[in-house]
Amino acid sequence: MTTATQTAIKSDTNLISIAFVAFMGLSVLFIAGFASSATLHDTAHDMRHAIGFACH
Amino acid sequence: MLKNLVYSALFAGLAAGIIVAALTISMLVPLLLEAELYESGMLIHFGDVTVPTPDIEVEHDWARNGLTALYACTIYIGFAFVMVAAMAFAQEKGVRITTRSGILWGLAGYAAFQLAPAMGIAPELPGMIAAEITQRQIWLVGTIIATMVGIAAVVFGKNWTHWGVGLVILAIPHIIGAPHPEVFGGTVPPELAAEFAGRSLAVGAVGWIALGVLSAYFWLQESA
Repeated sequence: MTTATQTAIKSDTNLISIAFVAFMGLSVLFIAGFASSATLHDTAHDMRHAIGFACH
Repeated sequence: MLKNLVYSALFAGLAAGIIVAALTISMLVPLLLEAELYESGMLIHFGDVTVPTPDIEVEHDWARNGLTALYACTIYIGFAFVMVAAMAFAQEKGVRITTRSGILWGLAGYAAFQLAPAMGIAPELPGMIAAEITQRQIWLVGTIIATMVGIAAVVFGKNWTHWGVGLVILAIPHIIGAPHPEVFGGTVPPELAAEFAGRSLAVGAVGWIALGVLSAYFWLQESA
């Protein structure tokens, strides 16, 4: 395998890792910020107000 | 790569979350508790009749504050995952990341997640009247995405087309306009609401700058 292909493959796996981490972050934010379950709402209430996410 | 990304995001998010939790509990929670006294009718004010500023010392509920701190760390870890991913992606594309440029990354995140949304929907206290929640959430998500894309186009764009498109994308949510309530008449005094909105944006700015610097710091450590 040439160095160029190795670099290309490494760069591709890097991009997949980056996309995966970004997706994880957005999932956490979506569940924590916008999901409307009652338990989550009570836990999140003060902080949702504090960061200006719509709460109720 | 994946391990480095996850570790640096966890460390940065946790550290920034602790800072934000401390600021939120000391600066914002007292105003939330006071607003709840108006929401529940314990305190009352009317628009055109002045009432003395209540001389109350709100009592912290530390179990509730514990949940707030836990949640602050959770949401900042979420922010940190997005931040570190964005930094790593930029680095792949040849952008140099430093702890000092982390300040700018933090400010960009702040603009996307708090400042731009606040232009349409100011941080709200309990007992305020607002538009229907789903509509507000849709506008918030749209504004966050548009602001992230717009800032990226303006910062990393190479010509007037990129910059122009970036500026238009930044403006679109505000041209569409945020959903607003059909009536006014919240239970909370406007003085309290304004104080809360200002403080909320200030705490957010501190939190996001800390997050940007910490994300850059831990990412540089982990990926070195």
